[in-house]
Amino acid sequence: MAEAIVPRPIESGCRIIGISHLSKTYLLGEVEVHALRGLTLDVACGEFVAIMGASGSGKSTFMNILGCLDIPTKGSYYLEDIEVGRLSRDELARIRNRRIGFVFQGFNLLSRTSAIENVELPLLYSALPGKDRHQRAMEALQKVGLGDRVHHYPNQLSGGQQQRVAIARALVNNPAIVLADEPTGNLDSRTSIEIMDIFQQLNEQGITIILVTHELDIAQFARRHITFRDGKIRADRINPNARNATEVLAEMPLGEDDEEDEA
Amino acid sequence: MKIGNILLSAFRALQRNKMRSFLTMLGIIIGVAAVIAMLAIGQGAEFSVKQQISALGTNVLIIFPGSQATGGIRFGAGSQTTLTEDDAAAIARECPAVAYVSPGSRAGGQVIAGNLNWGTIIEGTGADYLIMRQWNIEYGEYFTELDVKGASKVCILGRTVADNLFPDATPVGQTVRIRNVPFKVIGVLSKKGQNAMGMDQDDVIMAPYTTVLRRLAHFPYLRQILVSAVSPTTIPAAQNQVTELLRMRHKIAPYDTDDFTIRNQADLVETATETTKILTILLASIASVSLLVGGIGIMNIMLVSVTERTREIGIRMSVGARGRDILAQFLIEAMVLSLLGGLIGIGLGVTVSHLISSLAKWPSIITMFSIILSFGFSIVVGIFFGFYPARKAAMLNPIDALRYE
Repeated sequence: MAEAIVPRPIESGCRIIGISHLSKTYLLGEVEVHALRGLTLDVACGEFVAIMGASGSGKSTFMNILGCLDIPTKGSYYLEDIEVGRLSRDELARIRNRRIGFVFQGFNLLSRTSAIENVELPLLYSALPGKDRHQRAMEALQKVGLGDRVHHYPNQLSGGQQQRVAIARALVNNPAIVLADEPTGNLDSRTSIEIMDIFQQLNEQGITIILVTHELDIAQFARRHITFRDGKIRADRINPNARNATEVLAEMPLGEDDEEDEA
Repeated sequence: MKIGNILLSAFRALQRNKMRSFLTMLGIIIGVAAVIAMLAIGQGAEFSVKQQISALGTNVLIIFPGSQATGGIRFGAGSQTTLTEDDAAAIARECPAVAYVSPGSRAGGQVIAGNLNWGTIIEGTGADYLIMRQWNIEYGEYFTELDVKGASKVCILGRTVADNLFPDATPVGQTVRIRNVPFKVIGVLSKKGQNAMGMDQDDVIMAPYTTVLRRLAHFPYLRQILVSAVSPTTIPAAQNQVTELLRMRHKIAPYDTDDFTIRNQADLVETATETTKILTILLASIASVSLLVGGIGIMNIMLVSVTERTREIGIRMSVGARGRDILAQFLIEAMVLSLLGGLIGIGLGVTVSHLISSLAKWPSIITMFSIILSFGFSIVVGIFFGFYPARKAAMLNPIDALRYE
């Protein structure tokens, strides 16, 4: 049966996300769809949260709201003590630009645009001088281990490499929070763990990571599991046995068709 | 987002679809080229008409005798015999706004020189005729007031007449016989070419009007009186003074109509330039329709582009592009299309107008105005037709745009 919802204490004293009684209702034609039904939840700085649930449980809607792509119908969402629901479209764009990094299942890179230019994209919208832009994009790519592929186009990169470009793009503006929506959904298991390895390293550097996944294997790398069902939180618990992706990788045999071989 | 970055990404986006971008631009290119070429041709026509008319002398008024009417039949201008040598003398004497007066008579006839002959018009004029017509003597000299008073049998040949009667020899000093009257040739006129009606102005012989009246026409009345005003601004004054004087001399009652007609060269110039101006405007408006169609082409392609790139718009929005950034991006893409098209169109338009003027021997004048006009118009077209698609892109909901397949 359902596990009891455990309210999480904020240990570090820093709350990055504060959500109370949050609901989201869509109008599909004349039918009201209640995607989220009154969520209350806090996330502390530096957490690594995995959000799980069946499709239709509301986790994508929740991520859209977390990512300031959408605003709640009811309730409040504070991101770093700013109430997002009151912001204008432009202010939401600014928050997406400065405070949030997105990683999507389908990578969502601009095709026919090189890796470095994809990574520079958020900086274009933050009035940074061209030289700094290039340098920061370069650093971000090096951080995800793609320092040698900066001028490759997405179609010249493997799935794992494309996702790493997407992660570099998410990191380039030094966001407070990285939101990853099924980031390993299109990847094989080894590459998935490599991506999780990157997330774990970022998390250790203090970046809050919220990850949506329906794969339990992937969720194992997160330190907190939140389970959604029918627009409500069904379970919220700490994962005391979070696995270390670096160690898992070390134990794994190298696959025949591993991406590193194709270079 | 900075303008430099937007421009760069606009160029990139257009580069990705080179063929499509070019075809879209083609509408603007043809539109701008057409406007420039049409304006150049129209203004060229205006210029040449103006030049031909002003070759007659722009300060010149021509006084014709009035229409004669017998039993309700009116014979048209010049049919009445009202202008006399005394009228001409009175105008010269009493009208202060008039600078020169040249009475005119005319006779046609066969001209014989040695064993050659040539049929032409003998134009009887005053001594100042050439000054008024801004015409020059090529060889020899024109006759003087003395020749006019004495009705000397001297003449000046037009270029065409000189070439036909004296193909090898110098005409000056020779004698020609006009209707069996011997005339001494004292000069040859410089070449004047065709007039506005396409008539050869050099196929003429000039002689003192007194000689023409007494020796050739045998008719005491003048065919016309040419009057030149002191300056272009005194033309109306000259016209009034001449009208008043002639009405008085001809004893015309206050409410009766004039028995003479005064034609004003300036009016003629104005009418003709007005006509060609209308032609120019007409041509340019037709050409600008194609510019408009080019603009619609831009809108069409930009709309397709926005739909195609919905996902890209979603990605850009998710990393922090505001609505206005997206708007600027697509608007600038449309403007780059129309601007580039405009620039190429100017080049093409200039080339085409040169080509037309050299092939059709028609003058074409490309003014800065026409270039600025068509270029400005193409920018406006870009903004106008680019705005709607750009706005459509900017208004997209980021989530929907991201999910768009």
